[in-house]
Amino acid sequence: MKAVDKPASTENPSPSVGLFVTCLVDLFRPNVGFAALDLLEQAGARVDVPQAQVCCGQPAFNTGDEKGTKAIAQGVIAAFEHFDYVVAPSGSCAGMIREHYPVLFAQDPKWSGRAEAVADKTWELISFLNDVMGVDDISASLDGNYTYHDSCSGLRELGISHQPRNLLSAVRGLSCSEMKDSNVCCGFGGTFCVKYPDISERMVNDKIRNAVDSGADYLLGGDMGCLMNIAGKLSRDKVDLQVYHVAEVLADRTDVSPIAGRTPEQRTRSEDS
Amino acid sequence: MQPVSREFKIHSSKALLDEKLSAALARTQDGFGGQRAAAVEALPEFQKIRERALRIKNHTLEHLDYYLEKFEREVQAAGGHVHWARTPEEGRKIILDLCEQAEARTVIKGKSMVSEEMALNPALEASDIEVVETDLGEYIIQLAKEPPSHIIAPAIHKTREQITELFSENHAQYGLTEPVTEVADIVHEARTVLREKFINADVGITGANFLVAESGSTVLVTNEGNGDLSSTLPKMHIITAGLEKVVPTFDDLSTMLRLLARSATGQEFSVYTSVFTGPKRNTDQDGPEELHIVLLDNGRTEMLGNEFREMLRCIRCGSCLNHCPVYGSVGGHAYGWVYSGPMGSVLTPLMVGLGEAADLPNACTLNGRCEEVCPMSIPLPRMLRALRVRQFEEKLVGSRVRASLGAWTWLATKPRLYQAVTGLGMKMLARLGRKNGSIRSLPLAGGWTQARDLPAPEGETFMQAWARQNRNRGARQ
Ligand code: SF4
Repeated sequence: MKAVDKPASTENPSPSVGLFVTCLVDLFRPNVGFAALDLLEQAGARVDVPQAQVCCGQPAFNTGDEKGTKAIAQGVIAAFEHFDYVVAPSGSCAGMIREHYPVLFAQDPKWSGRAEAVADKTWELISFLNDVMGVDDISASLDGNYTYHDSCSGLRELGISHQPRNLLSAVRGLSCSEMKDSNVCCGFGGTFCVKYPDISERMVNDKIRNAVDSGADYLLGGDMGCLMNIAGKLSRDKVDLQVYHVAEVLADRTDVSPIAGRTPEQRTRSEDS
Repeated sequence: MQPVSREFKIHSSKALLDEKLSAALARTQDGFGGQRAAAVEALPEFQKIRERALRIKNHTLEHLDYYLEKFEREVQAAGGHVHWARTPEEGRKIILDLCEQAEARTVIKGKSMVSEEMALNPALEASDIEVVETDLGEYIIQLAKEPPSHIIAPAIHKTREQITELFSENHAQYGLTEPVTEVADIVHEARTVLREKFINADVGITGANFLVAESGSTVLVTNEGNGDLSSTLPKMHIITAGLEKVVPTFDDLSTMLRLLARSATGQEFSVYTSVFTGPKRNTDQDGPEELHIVLLDNGRTEMLGNEFREMLRCIRCGSCLNHCPVYGSVGGHAYGWVYSGPMGSVLTPLMVGLGEAADLPNACTLNGRCEEVCPMSIPLPRMLRALRVRQFEEKLVGSRVRASLGAWTWLATKPRLYQAVTGLGMKMLARLGRKNGSIRSLPLAGGWTQARDLPAPEGETFMQAWARQNRNRGARQ
């Protein structure tokens, strides 16, 4: 893990930020992307969303296809290298760019410098807000208890653990109730969850049991992959625990249906009908 | 043992249904994991020791030839013999010859994973030699005719009731007919049976946790003291070890020992740490007349020269197993060979062939917890990924996976086309999920929907919404 180093341009109060939306947010949960935009702009950044973006390359990378990964990574580098920062609402995608791109291109004189430059300025959204922009003023509210799932890449590749909890502590009406093993994998693992569905199911069951036992109303996290896995299982088992991306809560964008679970209003409505 | 790692999927699915196993695994992981955390917490300089250990091992691997030769010379000087085995077959042959030379009828064994690599027990038995495992865990699984399911706690998958039953079945022949149910009684009964075997054994075979080059010593840690008895009572002592086990000096050894027990079981030190240097000297009261050390390669020197070198730092503490959620779900037997968990998923393909163990590098979420707790800082996730790269390059990845991945990569490098295609796709998916907010089943997504629903997308993709808003903004301006 790299140390949390604040690049020189921190002095710039309104740096330019390229938002790397990530494929799952783009396809399944645009609300998270807009939440990220709001938060970054509130923090003073000038945000743009390059059109030439798709995916960070993890599906290919984790299947052992280095050539395919490089092709995708080169596209990302070219699309984002002119920003002061690259920010993604996902520890896993930010970790891919920050930790793995430089290694991937280490032997490639043409790309290694560019890969490293982009890696050095890539941040996961919440740690960017907390560690680089020094955000402390959050104007959001949500009533109830949350429990936080520490997604593995964010936690172990980028050291993200206290940052979301710190920012969430500023949300009015919200309190924290930690679950057992919050730092244990939920069983998503990209293609793992479709290749080994029954092992993945056991892992997500453990996660859900711990989350429910915490007594929380909300399960929050910073990675759509994990959240969709957990939410999908909650929905299958008809467990009412509301799942949101942490950015949605911080940006006060929880007026939409949760990724899984029903809002109290939805629950009353369905009981009435 | 013969690898059955090909059947990982079958065995893991079966294991998931075994409630007793699940309970035992949860107990082990909570127990060992919690004890390790407490032990690390109690030693503020743990990280420093870890860094020192890393330097020692990297240095040793850098000069492995030198330290092995030194070790061999010192063993010889102390009156022992070193045998080099390139393959498990060679190792078996060396040991069978030694047993024949000693006219062995009974062999007692201490825990040795390397002898499991060699599949030694069946070979000895085929030569009409009785083999008795003396580590309690190993003894239990020997009675059950099963391979170990954990490198340091080989019988953790067995419940106490199962052990009571095994003892009843097997110990009646010694006149021990009362079923034993309490732990103390189980241990006592095993001791009664084993003591007899110790006294009559012709050869003792043990493993080694470390080899010390400066003195030609081998070091064995146990919690039961059975290693000492296996080595001192019979007239020949054979030690099996992987050739990566060497450390330069006793000083280095002590650094390693400070990490080993803490990482394994959370103990500060194992109960017994035995150091063997040469056979019995004239002034010694007891000890073997002959001491033989069999060093096994089995792919290790190859690893020294490729991207898996760091795996040779492994001290077999089992911490990565104790913190792996996949191991915690399916247990050790699913992995189909001697080693299991993260370290097994790296070693097995390298030792028995990638084609024999294709699932192992893939049955991992790359969550990184193993690397976090590995005392030797082995980048296990990176190695599992490196094995996947090999698989991909050697075309061991199925054609369907390759084709769909190829299509994805092709599309992912063409953002405009991608956005058009996915825009349409998400609209359709959203329609499917409109009523329930999620989708229960979907063609081509069976792996996902077998266990969980697919949360329905909002409908419009972010990129579409962004483009629309920018257009509107542009129109307003
Ligand atoms: S890989 Fe690391 S954690 Fe696993 S057994 Fe080896 S030394 Fe222990």
